[in-house]
Amino acid sequence: MTLRLTVNDQRRRVETDPETPLLWVIREQLGLTGTKFGCGAGVCGACTVQLDGKPVQSCSVPVGDVGRQPVTTIEGVDGPVAEAVRRAWLELDAAECGYCQPGMIVAAIALLRRKPHCTDKDIDDALRGNICRCGIYDRIRAAVHLAARKLER
Amino acid sequence: MPETPLLGRRSILRGAAVATTGLVIGLYVPERGRAAGRSEPLAPNAFLRISPENEVTVVAKHVEWGQGIHTTLAMMIAEELDADWGQVRVVPAPADPDLYANLIFEAQVTAGSNSVRNSWEQYRRAGATGRAMLVAAAAQRWNVPAAEITVDQGVVRHSRTGRKATFGELAGAAATQPVPTDVPLKDIGRFRLIGTQGVHRLDTPSKLDGSARFAIDVTQPGMLTALVARSPRFGGRVASVDRAAALRVPGVRHVVQIPTGIAVVADTFWAAKKGRDALDVRWDDTGAETRSTTDLVTEYRALLDRRGDIARKDGDAERALAGAAHTITADFEYPYLAHAPLEPVAVAVRRTRDGVEVWTGEGSVQGAQEGAAELLGLTREQVTVHSVYAGGSFGRKDGTTLEAVEILRAIGGSAPVKLVWTREDDLRHSFYRPMYVHRMTVGLDRRGDITAWHHRIVGQSIFPWEPVNGVDWVSVDGAGNIPYDIPNILVDLHTTQTGVPINTLRGTAGAHTVYSVETMLDDVAARTGRDPLALRRQLMSRDPNTKQIEILSIAEADRPTVFAEFPRQRRTLELAARRAGWGSRLGRGRGRGLAVHYGFLTSVAMVAEVTAHRETFRVDRVVCAVDCGIAVNPDIVRSQIEGSVAWGLSIMLDGAITLDRGVVQQSGFHDYRVLRMDQMPKVEVHIMPSSAPPKGVGQVAVATVAPAVANALFAATGRRVRRLPFSAG
Repeated sequence: MTLRLTVNDQRRRVETDPETPLLWVIREQLGLTGTKFGCGAGVCGACTVQLDGKPVQSCSVPVGDVGRQPVTTIEGVDGPVAEAVRRAWLELDAAECGYCQPGMIVAAIALLRRKPHCTDKDIDDALRGNICRCGIYDRIRAAVHLAARKLER
Repeated sequence: MPETPLLGRRSILRGAAVATTGLVIGLYVPERGRAAGRSEPLAPNAFLRISPENEVTVVAKHVEWGQGIHTTLAMMIAEELDADWGQVRVVPAPADPDLYANLIFEAQVTAGSNSVRNSWEQYRRAGATGRAMLVAAAAQRWNVPAAEITVDQGVVRHSRTGRKATFGELAGAAATQPVPTDVPLKDIGRFRLIGTQGVHRLDTPSKLDGSARFAIDVTQPGMLTALVARSPRFGGRVASVDRAAALRVPGVRHVVQIPTGIAVVADTFWAAKKGRDALDVRWDDTGAETRSTTDLVTEYRALLDRRGDIARKDGDAERALAGAAHTITADFEYPYLAHAPLEPVAVAVRRTRDGVEVWTGEGSVQGAQEGAAELLGLTREQVTVHSVYAGGSFGRKDGTTLEAVEILRAIGGSAPVKLVWTREDDLRHSFYRPMYVHRMTVGLDRRGDITAWHHRIVGQSIFPWEPVNGVDWVSVDGAGNIPYDIPNILVDLHTTQTGVPINTLRGTAGAHTVYSVETMLDDVAARTGRDPLALRRQLMSRDPNTKQIEILSIAEADRPTVFAEFPRQRRTLELAARRAGWGSRLGRGRGRGLAVHYGFLTSVAMVAEVTAHRETFRVDRVVCAVDCGIAVNPDIVRSQIEGSVAWGLSIMLDGAITLDRGVVQQSGFHDYRVLRMDQMPKVEVHIMPSSAPPKGVGQVAVATVAPAVANALFAATGRRVRRLPFSAG
């Protein structure tokens, strides 16, 4: 069936089975491959996108359930928080293989919008759903704090 | 440059199962550079191009899977070229072993923590050659002596006449200069990039905006996605298949049999998955592995009572044990482990006009090329391999390319195909770090000094092709080469056979051997009332290379590489202890533990601090000292060690693949749990200053994590864990 989606502020029409996970529509039909497949079960965070501003695991959202809620992927995140996050990540080189990073960054942006002054515990709670197999969590934590400091200035 | 014993060339190409003739490549810069006209780029060798637009392009012969090798290789060239870091970019090398072989393995392979080590002289020389040609061109153009010309941050200058030019301005003229064959390299005191802080990774920006392309992201017009139904049991074969239901799923184009199972090839991932779910395959388990983990443990444990092949023998440990005043014995269990890189295996392949094109993150670019060529009856040159970023590998992506080529062949090359493994596929049908059991028996004299050390290991051999005295050294590395001065040592090995496929996994051997060694030493310290640091320092007071060792079952050429350069290892231990505040008081319920290891020519020492609660504990802090020779990019070294801490904790806390009548029980991150953000300790990394050539850092620190934490937990609670993972109880 034909579905209408709003992705990264653009209206898109897709022809798809409504049960298809949003992840695969984003990746294969809309060609936005920044959002990653990691587990298909909503437990690794690689596929995190913002749905109406909230981080969700797009592998576990049937595209038919999205409706009018705007979808924002790694390719579409912008604004001062996104900018601060990217600059902090660059400054600390908070990426190794980088495969978790689109999801990690989308989740971190959502956290900082909600809680500009976050503690280690806030970060752990917000990002514990995002697996980094390279294991540089300590560095990512530091990058979130650095982004928060940049936003204060 | 010594050879690491940990991977032989044949094993490197094993994934592709191809025999290749030996390449003999010395430490030199292959000269396939071109003399060219003025508007041409300068390409003095296979590793460097300088464009008239002033861009320096480094060709990276090693695969980037997060370890920062693209940046590190580029730094080595930029250093000797005196380039500006901002003008440097990296591209992956094509498959061409004549030019891009790993000089240690003599094959185009990324593995074994030796990427920096084997490239160290080659890449610097490539940069120095380019610099010499730029200088020669400037000297000619300005009609001044070359010796008066300086190069700094991408600018070539002659100060007396005030002339200067960018690399781009000189590139065309430099390309017409003869390629010098023996340019000098910088003294390390003159390095401006290597060893300095603040040189940022070149791959970070594209990894933050979703533009970095991994194999799973490759798209081609008309590309289909393939999922494979594989035997639930290792060694099982397709008995019969009913394709009808799968073919009825909209979007499914082909259902084909390949050696590893039945491939469902569809327009989209979701259609392929639904098609595979609908597939009706009956499997023939004749010859398949049908044992459970409990069966294997029982069989392995029975072998603990029998003498195995001797890996190391100094003195007579059995006699010394018989005469010891006290003995301490303990058994250890280590499960199979899965790599579970966050990007599951994915490989894209398509037919071209006269060959095939492959996109893969696997480390053996050469194996992928030769394997595909052999399978399709093509020449090597007809197979183009695009070595894309791997979303982690840790050993997982070795030899994974050919399955995609099989699928392409099975559909007659009719469309580009991308093979994708799901997470369940990845955990259930992988190759694994082998399961092991150990027994350690230590003999003490009346004063509490160790007189005998016996370490027996049971498990599969990852590299069984060239055993020495029946021993694959990889099975015992970290145990057979303990740095401790003990008069009587026996390390023996039972090599087992199972149907479970196995492979290396980040930190392969040390992740079990060092756990046994370092926790046992901690038990000795506790039993004899000694401080664990003091005990280790005492046992490290003599160079192990001076010790009379009767049997050491490793190839003679590799023998000098297995013991730390004395006394580097002791200094590393002392640095870690000092930085961690060893000996200072900790609060109630807290404990501190340490561990040391030498691997990949690198010494590492780690101190962990934990806080124990009634049922749980938390790792608060890990302090690591590392002597890895020159740290080309210190921040990348730190990042690799930080990641190794997380990797080691994953293995220790939850990592276990178990079998139920031959079927892997784990299927996702819910039951194969890996470390998450809220479990991550603070990590401090201290790099020992060094002027020695770089060693390996990607894996070595994995080994010390679990024993340091286990020893800290013991210090806090008196509880000793000898069966991994800790969650197994």
